[in-house]
Amino acid sequence: MAKPEEIFPESVLKAIGGKPVKNKLSVVVLSGDLDKVMAAFIIGTGAAASGMEVTMFFTFWGMKAIQKDGIMTGKSLFGRMLGLMNRGGLKAIGPSRLNMGGMGRWMFKLMMKQKGVASLSELYDTAVELGIKMMPCQMSMDVMEYDPAKDFKPNVTEPVGVAKFLEEASESRVTLFI
Amino acid sequence: MTTLDLKGLLCPMPIVKMAKAIKEIEIGQTLEAVASDPGVMADVPAWCRSTGNELVSLDKVEKEFRFVVRRAK
Repeated sequence: MAKPEEIFPESVLKAIGGKPVKNKLSVVVLSGDLDKVMAAFIIGTGAAASGMEVTMFFTFWGMKAIQKDGIMTGKSLFGRMLGLMNRGGLKAIGPSRLNMGGMGRWMFKLMMKQKGVASLSELYDTAVELGIKMMPCQMSMDVMEYDPAKDFKPNVTEPVGVAKFLEEASESRVTLFI
Repeated sequence: MTTLDLKGLLCPMPIVKMAKAIKEIEIGQTLEAVASDPGVMADVPAWCRSTGNELVSLDKVEKEFRFVVRRAK
């Protein structure tokens, strides 16, 4: 394939930040709720299956989607308190509304299973299989006291910052914030 | 020609399985599939347009949706 500088004049490349837009999707996953994380993975896997390159950037509550199941995060007193209240990964997260102390989570999961919707764990595995790049946010990780060496699932990249995400987003045709 | 069974699957699994199956056939060959989710009526043509594969047919047969896609590249 021809390089961008062979096709586009310099003025055009400058206008689009020197980089052409690729058939690519970038998603910021800020939410850690069942419904929202699900939406992020459905769109991500759908895009990857449609031939798009996909990058997902997980920040704040969204990091629950990429943390290992059954671990406790945090080092300091507050960090461990946060880890305790926010414990559990993909399998433990509940819906953003009507969770009702876990009853909503149980009900939604059951209803989705009965209707044949892929579970969050299946969607995550599909995302890995389709080669979706999953990046944790360094700053949220520092604040919430995640340890990149032991708290994240194996398919997650090294932690990144806003500049890295913007680089990914600026070459993406579609960017979503969930 | 075998038929890819997508019955009982909901979005996004039909297209995820299609994407996988189409890579396993040769360019120019066709893939037949059957699904139960009405969403494929909109999604399969869109998937074909996005990926550049050719939609040969897409029909609702009673409560099922049968379609044939030809791998273009």
